[in-house]
Amino acid sequence: MSIVIKRKPLNFLEKIYLPEIARGLATTFRRLWGKPVTLEYPEQRPTIPEGYRGVPTLVKDPEGREKCVSCQLCEFVCPPKAIRIKPGAISEDSEFAHVEKGPQEFDIDMLRCIYCGLCQEVCPEEAIWLQNDYSLSGYSRSEMVNDKEKLYELGGTLPDLHFKWKKKQEAAAKGSGH
Amino acid sequence: MEEKKNLITVNIDGHDLEVAPGTNMVEAAAMLGKEIPHYCYHPKLSIAGNCRMCLVELGMPGRDRATGEAMLNEDGTPKIMWMPGPAIGCGTKASPGIHIKTDSPKALESREAVTEFLLVNHPLDCPICDQAGECTLQEFSSTHGRGYSRFIEEKNVKPKRTRLGPRVTLDDERCVLCSRCVRFSEEIAKDDVLGFTDRGSYTTLTCFPGKELANNYSLNTVDICPVGALTSTDFRFKMRVWFLKDSNSIDFETSVGANTVVSAREGKIYRIKPRRNDEVNDTWMTDSGRDLYKLVESEDRLTNCSIDGAEASAQDAIAKASELLKSAQGVAVVGSGLCSVEEQFALKAIAKSVEAKGVYLVARYGESDGILMSTDRNPNVRGALMTGLIDGLPEEELGDLGSKIDSGEVSTILVVKEDLVAAGLSEAQLKKITIVYLGAHKNATSGKASALLAGLTQFEKSGTVINQQFRIQKFHRVIPGPGGTIEDLYALASIQANISEDSFPSTVGSVWKQLRVGGTPLAGVSFKSLSDQGQLLDGSAFENLPFREGESLHFEPKREVVVAE
Repeated sequence: MSIVIKRKPLNFLEKIYLPEIARGLATTFRRLWGKPVTLEYPEQRPTIPEGYRGVPTLVKDPEGREKCVSCQLCEFVCPPKAIRIKPGAISEDSEFAHVEKGPQEFDIDMLRCIYCGLCQEVCPEEAIWLQNDYSLSGYSRSEMVNDKEKLYELGGTLPDLHFKWKKKQEAAAKGSGH
Repeated sequence: MEEKKNLITVNIDGHDLEVAPGTNMVEAAAMLGKEIPHYCYHPKLSIAGNCRMCLVELGMPGRDRATGEAMLNEDGTPKIMWMPGPAIGCGTKASPGIHIKTDSPKALESREAVTEFLLVNHPLDCPICDQAGECTLQEFSSTHGRGYSRFIEEKNVKPKRTRLGPRVTLDDERCVLCSRCVRFSEEIAKDDVLGFTDRGSYTTLTCFPGKELANNYSLNTVDICPVGALTSTDFRFKMRVWFLKDSNSIDFETSVGANTVVSAREGKIYRIKPRRNDEVNDTWMTDSGRDLYKLVESEDRLTNCSIDGAEASAQDAIAKASELLKSAQGVAVVGSGLCSVEEQFALKAIAKSVEAKGVYLVARYGESDGILMSTDRNPNVRGALMTGLIDGLPEEELGDLGSKIDSGEVSTILVVKEDLVAAGLSEAQLKKITIVYLGAHKNATSGKASALLAGLTQFEKSGTVINQQFRIQKFHRVIPGPGGTIEDLYALASIQANISEDSFPSTVGSVWKQLRVGGTPLAGVSFKSLSDQGQLLDGSAFENLPFREGESLHFEPKREVVVAE
């Protein structure tokens, strides 16, 4: 069953439109000389609030050690399966050989990533962080896969001072006291 | 099974349970579905009782000292005299009337205390530990752990990367000193190389001076290690265990047929572990058998079918093979002890349709170690006997076939998985014949094949094999085969269908509908109903054959072994 809603008939002033045009232009001119409310993206960028979940990145500690030990928990938890890690042993002659394990390859497919932040939440080493970057583009699908090098370039250094693995190394150097 | 009258009644957490004498309390509780946490106890090793994790409360029915009469409660039930301190479950054997409490406050408190002590010097490096995800210390820390540490002193430092042998790496900081590996080496592998040095919290697992853990069973120590202390050098840092999907399989290395679990992720196999079967391999397997997964991606893997050396589709290659076999005058079949029962059944059908001038298998023999490596290195010779493909034991050399080629009696050979050159045929003899080859790997024979069918490895197909005890056991497909290959059974069934111009079952399940029809020793078996523990078949018809297997774990030869000259 259809309902017919009757329209209120227009009065004379409304029929000639001119007062309504003037009202519209008044709004236009008020905004023209007032303070702008939009940003001129991409020249102007918004300030990113704290806790924003942008592009996931990998970080190094202040000594330049890659914090990721390739435990693959982020790969496991990632809902869209965007993360791919190839774990491997850190070579014996490396400065960080005492950490034993690190990623050989680390790919995040940004066409799959949904910016949920579960990877950051699950990371036991505080190695993966969703940072401020939100704008991504590329000419091919493969360009949209961030490899390990790109992830560290985006991530930079995390200024934390835990040095968990260094403490282990120092304890080992000191010996067991036995 | 024990006689009913021999069973004794024990009481676990208020439930009466009848068990065989000698059953320890960890096993008895498991029968009730209750888990008593433990590290050092292993059902197939001697009891050490050194981890103290399985502490339970223990009580016996009281007896009056003066009269020796049973003490009773007011309601007439026997009065239980509980011991003041907890006792270890693994070291407590069932005795009549024994009562234990596995989840009383005292038992739980004991476990929490033990867990806290074990974690005092534990490095807590689960993110880089290969055992994470299947680690009992991790599991019991979450059920019985405190969640935070009261230990503020410095943790002990121990060697992190000790090479115990060619296949085993030790991280001593993670060790909980359960001594399972020490007992395994001594009791099962009979290669006593491991021991503890130093005392107290400095105790360290090491090899005896000048020795290393190099025996063919060394990786079992990695399996039984309840924590991540012993790790497999091959699997180290390869993949986290929670990604792996397990499939039940059988070790194709020898006629022992050890039960295995093959773990794979996304079409790639990462490791092979033993699966418990108390009638075959207990919980053990050989190190060499764990390497077999490398066959899947080996360099000599055949990844496409071909006709006269030129790449061809599987359908064309099957058509060509069928045509060659059908039109030939003298056909011989060289099957393999590496084939499943179903494939051997299909081979037999082909041999019958082409009126084969001879059906052969190639024997492989090696040194037996008396445990899980038998003399016969073919996993399924008995399958070929049971299906009637052959009626005597195979020879290592195909001398008889060679003379038939020389006399011109045989002009075409269907070869499955075997290498005729390695089996003693000369290049000149191979030149005189047409070869149809089905197999997963390249060899001298496959290179000369007129029709080459790229088959699958045992990890890419399902089927059954019959081991030295005449136990039929099934293996399941773990991963799909590479593109360009064709399932062996399907290829053989198609060839048979083309030659006989009649349908032939091409799947494992449908083959069994024909295999199980009465009269054969395989009657009553079907792939679907066969348990993963296997089923013993009646092998008495073959008792007089001179099998060469000697004594090994759970196997005694029926007749005296003929020692090869």
